[in-house]
Amino acid sequence: MKGLEIKNLTKVYETGFIIKRYIKAVNNVSFRINPGEIVSLVGESGSGKTTIAKIILRLLNPTSGNILVDGIDIWAKENQNPKFAKEFGKKVHAVFQDPFASYNPFYPIERTLWQALELLGIDKKDPRAKDLMYEALENVGLKPDVVFGKYPHQLSGGEKQRVMIARCWLLKPSLIIADEPVSMIDASSRGGVIKLFEKLKEEQKASILFITHDMGLAYYISDRVLIMHKGDIVEEGNPEEIVANPQHWYTKNLISSIPTLYRKLEDIS
Amino acid sequence: MSGKKLVEIKNVKVYYIIDGLQVKAVDDVSFDIFDGEVLGVVGESGCGKTTLSNVLLMSIKKPLNFIDGSVTLNTQNEPLHLQKLRRDQLKRDVWGKEIVIIPQAAMNALMPTMKIKDFIYDVVSPHFKNITKDEVIKMAKERFEEIGIDKEAVNRYPFELSGGMKQRAVIATATLLNPKLLIADEPTSALDVATQKMVLKTLNELMNKKIVKSIVFITHDIATVRQIATRMMIMYAGKIAEISPIDDVLREPLHPYTEGLLLSVVTPEPEIRKRGIYTIPGSPPSLINPPVGCRFYPRCKYRMDICEVEEPKLEELKPNRFVACHYARGRV
Repeated sequence: MKGLEIKNLTKVYETGFIIKRYIKAVNNVSFRINPGEIVSLVGESGSGKTTIAKIILRLLNPTSGNILVDGIDIWAKENQNPKFAKEFGKKVHAVFQDPFASYNPFYPIERTLWQALELLGIDKKDPRAKDLMYEALENVGLKPDVVFGKYPHQLSGGEKQRVMIARCWLLKPSLIIADEPVSMIDASSRGGVIKLFEKLKEEQKASILFITHDMGLAYYISDRVLIMHKGDIVEEGNPEEIVANPQHWYTKNLISSIPTLYRKLEDIS
Repeated sequence: MSGKKLVEIKNVKVYYIIDGLQVKAVDDVSFDIFDGEVLGVVGESGCGKTTLSNVLLMSIKKPLNFIDGSVTLNTQNEPLHLQKLRRDQLKRDVWGKEIVIIPQAAMNALMPTMKIKDFIYDVVSPHFKNITKDEVIKMAKERFEEIGIDKEAVNRYPFELSGGMKQRAVIATATLLNPKLLIADEPTSALDVATQKMVLKTLNELMNKKIVKSIVFITHDIATVRQIATRMMIMYAGKIAEISPIDDVLREPLHPYTEGLLLSVVTPEPEIRKRGIYTIPGSPPSLINPPVGCRFYPRCKYRMDICEVEEPKLEELKPNRFVACHYARGRV
């Protein structure tokens, strides 16, 4: 079965040396994302959004629960080896919040793309490599000649984020985890990056998990929205429905606090 | 716009000078702040918003250099020309009493090992010749109550308070001496929406109770500033693109940059989903070598030949609406 499936995921953080304290960051969460679907995970800071992302990306181990990517349990014992990790790298792609931290400043930008080609078994000196990279960059609206040979500090945040997304056109992953991908990009170039995710969804039928604290973005981009609060998914549904008719008290409070452009919040004056 | 001008800014040029290179962060900017208004200053990162807040305070420190212009404060009997005052004079007569700033991430100003009341005493006492700690705490408690914050918060340590509470405590402390002008630089950007709303409410309360006369609200988020601002000033690459009453801007943006910025706002409203998200192509120009004509020219979809060679002036195109654009001038 294609797509992402999360079953009863729980993560408990343990802190302290002698006196232990336990923090339940994710509490028995289950959801699935079908191919060609964008699902947003919305919640305030500390609600457990990024913990879920890290567990899906195999950066953090779950306390209990299963995560299936294309039907394979990624945390199963037999899958904890480098060979699986390489396969996993082809299948799942991440776009993080801070484009400045996603690149090594000592290497040119295209190294990010070389690494993707390496995963596919294509050498960077291979004649196909250049064509593939050009095609990928054009797909994300960058002029290849402008980007090639540049170092991370010479590109804007939006451009760097686009190069990260260009990797998706090389690897064609079945699952993309986007953790606040546009929160550090200026409003005037945000729309372009958002549209790239829509394009990936339509042309590659990828499953996309879009993590954000911005209900406006989630409302705009997603097919389904999951609202998280203190480790629980408190509400799930179609974005229009959730905004028009929230059920859970937390969602109600969230929706009524979002500043809007065409209507003024009533109870602030 | 009628009413008394609280602050007049005329032809201000403030450059960062680093290794002989001039970065024109605020370049020939003139505007007024009126009594009783909330002026929203909006722009992308690097457009000069925060530098402008330093100009309003005249807190100019190297490598920032005040090149030219005047900043006049009209709160006392005689107009005060801030650019002529020395730093110690500003400290004594202006900052805290006439103008205060809540900088970005202001809640980090609280000292982690100090109770809020000790922090307040620390900040406030230098402004008086002799004042006891009890008097300051009494003053603070009254003020907290007046603007709707739990007054017992003064007895707590910062770690015991939530982010929104800390931010509001800092705002209350900053305005304890009833300054005329409050400058708030991104006061809500690091907070979640529910807390954001409380901070906006606190700012509104300061205006309603006439504790401050005017607020300059600096932000990149139009949807937030729209909630409390009466006028909006849109900056682009160190210059003013448009200053207009807020409802006019939203109904009919005159400058092409304002239009693009409004169309790129995403909020959960059916109107937004219908119209889609717009992206302004390109990126802001370098402020070391800005374009000769209009600074928005390379990215503008309405550009004309004149825009490349002649810089548009900020003109009143419609009543109370000041716009710097050749295209908009030709249209109205």
